[in-house]
Amino acid sequence: MWLFALPALLINICIILVPAVLTFTAAFFIWDGVGTPVWAGLANFQNMIADPVFWSALTNNFIWTVIFLTVPVCLALVMAAALLMAPKARIVVQSIIFLPRIIAVAVTGRIFQGMIFSPATGIVGWLNEHGFSISDPLADPDRSLYAVAAVDIWHWWGFLAVVFLSAMRQISVDQIEAARLDGAGFFALFRHVLLPGIRPTLTLMLILTVIWSFQVFEFIFIVTRGGPAYGSEVLATFAYRHAFFEGDVGQAAAAACVMSLFGLCATAVYLWLQITDDAQTT
Amino acid sequence: MIGDRWSRTFSLALIGVASFSSLLPIVLAVMNALKTTVEIGASPLALPSRLHWENFSSAWRNAQLGPSLLHSAEVASLTIFMVCVTATPCAYVLARQKGKFWRFITFYFMATITVPVQLYLYPLYFIFAKLGLVNSIPAVALIYTAMFSPFAIFLLRTYALAIPVALEEAAQVDGARPWQTFWYVILPMMRPGLLTVAIIVGLNAWNEFVIAVTFLQNDSNVTAIVRFYNLTGQYSTDWGEMLAAAVTIVLPIVVIFVLLQRQFIDGMTSGAVKS
Repeated sequence: MWLFALPALLINICIILVPAVLTFTAAFFIWDGVGTPVWAGLANFQNMIADPVFWSALTNNFIWTVIFLTVPVCLALVMAAALLMAPKARIVVQSIIFLPRIIAVAVTGRIFQGMIFSPATGIVGWLNEHGFSISDPLADPDRSLYAVAAVDIWHWWGFLAVVFLSAMRQISVDQIEAARLDGAGFFALFRHVLLPGIRPTLTLMLILTVIWSFQVFEFIFIVTRGGPAYGSEVLATFAYRHAFFEGDVGQAAAAACVMSLFGLCATAVYLWLQITDDAQTT
Repeated sequence: MIGDRWSRTFSLALIGVASFSSLLPIVLAVMNALKTTVEIGASPLALPSRLHWENFSSAWRNAQLGPSLLHSAEVASLTIFMVCVTATPCAYVLARQKGKFWRFITFYFMATITVPVQLYLYPLYFIFAKLGLVNSIPAVALIYTAMFSPFAIFLLRTYALAIPVALEEAAQVDGARPWQTFWYVILPMMRPGLLTVAIIVGLNAWNEFVIAVTFLQNDSNVTAIVRFYNLTGQYSTDWGEMLAAAVTIVLPIVVIFVLLQRQFIDGMTSGAVKS
């Protein structure tokens, strides 16, 4: 029987586990990826701590986490509740808001660059011609991170709403009806029935948001490459740049370890919540 | 409709605004894909004066979309095949075996879902470079198999758990070997799950960026996404042609999505919603 699990396990170990262990090891070496690695002790970590770009990247990861824990989650919760109230519109609207999620990130990034943010061909340019003076947010180191976050929110929030909606639909109709008969309005219903009803799903999505926020790479790499002037640099683009453009795999590995550490913390919090939850219910 | 008049109005307004903002960039992309560069520059919001379908033919020719779309299809189908072949038996075992060892394996697969690509990307790249596997489409499909199979395993596991053990026991009494039981009893019952897995894995492989852009560097074997990424930049000028290429790459996915919405939505939200 156990042979059945072997192919999947073997591929996974070779592609993920072994290189992951090597990354952890490489963090303690000076290595360009090709030559012989040289033992460096904690030098990679010391260099990283001394690098202001690392700190701004880490800060950006925290900002990203805060944005994604709030904006898309609130939008999605309210939208899911609204769709629950409107069963006729549900199927069509659900598909519409889900659509951005299935479009390739590279394509979405370019569409937003050209059609929204570009001062020449985008909405920003159009607004400029019509009396609103807005500069290209992607060219501004102070705003580029938020501009990219807006793209990712567009890509992500509808999916999240669909997830919350399917969780809300598992709440018994009786419970919702009972609350309504008691005279609960939209917000009372939301606060006292819907929100507690989807708590397990909500907790899981919040934890995953934290994990993913420290891994965020694609949108930033595609839209700004971490620029301008490292304004939107995050740990993942920091690591990628060091590994492939600066030939410093050891430094990249050290940054990857830091990224994973945050994911690990979030996972630990989740497991802890699960355990305390179980303890409460039994 | 549930709720009073105010919450109803509020809901409908919200639904309207949300649908509009989800569709706006897509509509802009399709509309401007049919305009000349001069027209786009004049106003991105204006309707095309005439439908410039030639953007599509010139995008197809200049971007060499044909071969790269073929590579995307190759990577996607190879990945679907490998994920289905390896994940299905694994999901079956994880659904049936109890005990510490198997709980650990389950936990391991769960952990690899949340591990960042960055944690294994760099050594993997330099190992593959040494082995001569960079620029190889099957090698990329192999990486995708490792990345996407944990999801497939957990989805298929729920299907396997729903199959009554009595069926297998009956097969065993009739003298079926484990692989025969798997092939003739279990596999047919997992078919709906396999369809969902194929769709989601295919979608992920078609759209994937980081691995593709890192491991495929020759213009002769890049996927459509990488081709599109390499051709376009922040300071692209020929937006009409570029958007035509974008629409061409996204269209197959959207068509499949419209046809098989339920599998898409159920598959992608599975795991997040616990029943």
